[in-house]
Amino acid sequence: MSVNYGSKRVVVGAHYGLRDWLAQRITAGLMALFTLLVLVQLAWGSGPIGYDKWAGIFSSQWMKALTFAIIVAMAYHVWVGVRDIWMDYIKPVGVRLGLQIFTMVWLVSCTGWAIQVLWRL
Amino acid sequence: MTETAPKRPEFRNINALTDLPTYRLPPAGWVSILHRVSGALMFLLLPFIIWMFDTSVSSEISFAKFKFAFNVGLGFVPGWFMKLVALALIWAYLHHLIAGIRHLYMDVQHAVSKEFGRSSALVTLGLSIALTLVLGAKLFGLY
Repeated sequence: MSVNYGSKRVVVGAHYGLRDWLAQRITAGLMALFTLLVLVQLAWGSGPIGYDKWAGIFSSQWMKALTFAIIVAMAYHVWVGVRDIWMDYIKPVGVRLGLQIFTMVWLVSCTGWAIQVLWRL
Repeated sequence: MTETAPKRPEFRNINALTDLPTYRLPPAGWVSILHRVSGALMFLLLPFIIWMFDTSVSSEISFAKFKFAFNVGLGFVPGWFMKLVALALIWAYLHHLIAGIRHLYMDVQHAVSKEFGRSSALVTLGLSIALTLVLGAKLFGLY
């Protein structure tokens, strides 16, 4: 067996085990159900889909709260997925760390923007 | 010790440019790599997605700007290019969603047979491309 502890430890940055695997599936399920919910509300009633109908979907407080939860779920889902890509293809630890930091900043920034849009409505 | 079989060739350190294009992937392999590609695409275009959410939902005026961006253009970017990017996102979302549902179904049903892997992969590829074409035709005003 090769040594994989102490200073010889292979740096991967993953949380081994069930947690991320399960989180990836739960957040995916939530986003799929949310997609369905938005589509149902879009299809509700007749007439062309204009601004009033589209913005109306996100204007109620419960929908804002739910959309907020979905945005957070998406950010976590994307973090796990993109981190896996870096872990698979980027071997130099410094470059990988840099890309992971970029991913975090990118995701937190986008999440903040999306939430601002939501509560400005 | 006697030599029982000729030494099998061993390939390491594959070159992404010269080796990968010659690899022939089974349908499930295509679904897998495209799941990754579509996810990466949506990750990189996340600011554009939120920009679409922002302009479409914020006010009547921004909604008009949103429509203008796709019908005419935004700055130096022509409308057809905006639509093309949106179409890429539509495909990415559909493929990621359907391939994800396939994943969840396989987890729940323990559907790990080779046949199901192949047939469900073909359904995933076919359905995502077909829906993309239908929605793309609508996006570009073909019906």
